[in-house]
Amino acid sequence: MDLIQLQRQLVDYRTSLYHEGFLDEQFTQLQSLQDENNPDFVVEVVSLFFEDSERLLNELSKALEQQIIDFKRMDAQVHQLKGSSSSIGAHRVQKLCIVFRNYCEVHNVEGCLKCLQQVKHEYGIIKTKLESMFQLEQQILNAGGSIPV
Amino acid sequence: MVMAASETKFHVLAVDDTLIDRKLIEKLLKTSSYQVTAVDSGTKALEFLGLNNNDHHDVEVNLIITDYCMPGMTGYDLLRKIKESSSFKDIPVVTMSSDNIPSRINRCLEDGAEEFFLKPVQLSDVNKLRPHLMKRRTQTNVNKRKSMDEIVSPDRARARYNELEVK
Repeated sequence: MDLIQLQRQLVDYRTSLYHEGFLDEQFTQLQSLQDENNPDFVVEVVSLFFEDSERLLNELSKALEQQIIDFKRMDAQVHQLKGSSSSIGAHRVQKLCIVFRNYCEVHNVEGCLKCLQQVKHEYGIIKTKLESMFQLEQQILNAGGSIPV
Repeated sequence: MVMAASETKFHVLAVDDTLIDRKLIEKLLKTSSYQVTAVDSGTKALEFLGLNNNDHHDVEVNLIITDYCMPGMTGYDLLRKIKESSSFKDIPVVTMSSDNIPSRINRCLEDGAEEFFLKPVQLSDVNKLRPHLMKRRTQTNVNKRKSMDEIVSPDRARARYNELEVK
């Protein structure tokens, strides 16, 4: 695939992520902060989000397996996940976290279990999509091109 | 000698327990040409300011921006400590939170926070910081100028002395 096609593919892919509600304008903000001084800013922040999310999702899974469920601690963890997903513009994950917190508040185990499954699912999707997008960007850079805004 | 306002960058102390948000706020502030120190707790913020020991602080901080929800010392606790300190009460403090809770926002503003930003913080929010910083700097310059005027010049002193001699 030539450079122009790659660039077009990237723009289309990015646009679809916004249209389908996977990303919101916070992601655009992140991109606008990237510059020559910090050329990997977006990748760095998103990588932190991946690390954070995986840790929190593991902890939430464990918490829901316990005999006595610590809802307060779970709520704090979901709050963290909500925060980091909102900071990078991972819109669907963020929205699910809000619902998840509501279930924590009323100590609804079924609701929490369901939400956890949904968050894991959505997280998996956005992770794959962002990684694909970064791969496309790298291909463009390797071909000597620049990333279209 | 009074330094021109354009010469020194404002120094902002950012406080947030999450790494992602620290990275973000640091970038936002640096993009706006501020010098930034980022710490992960209220305790570390106070240590940095020199509040925890009674040593003379030689670090100049022009503004503190802090997350509200932090383990241990919350952003609100930090705000109160700053405002209750004789050395630091005049440093403008801004609080931020990912939760939109009006009572929380009002409490911070009533207890001395200049602004309350909802997360994720945007560049447009950071732009609101400048007036608070410029106001302080102008006040400092005015105070410096005032005290300089009060120093009587040698000529004036001589004139007074001469006046006194006339009975």
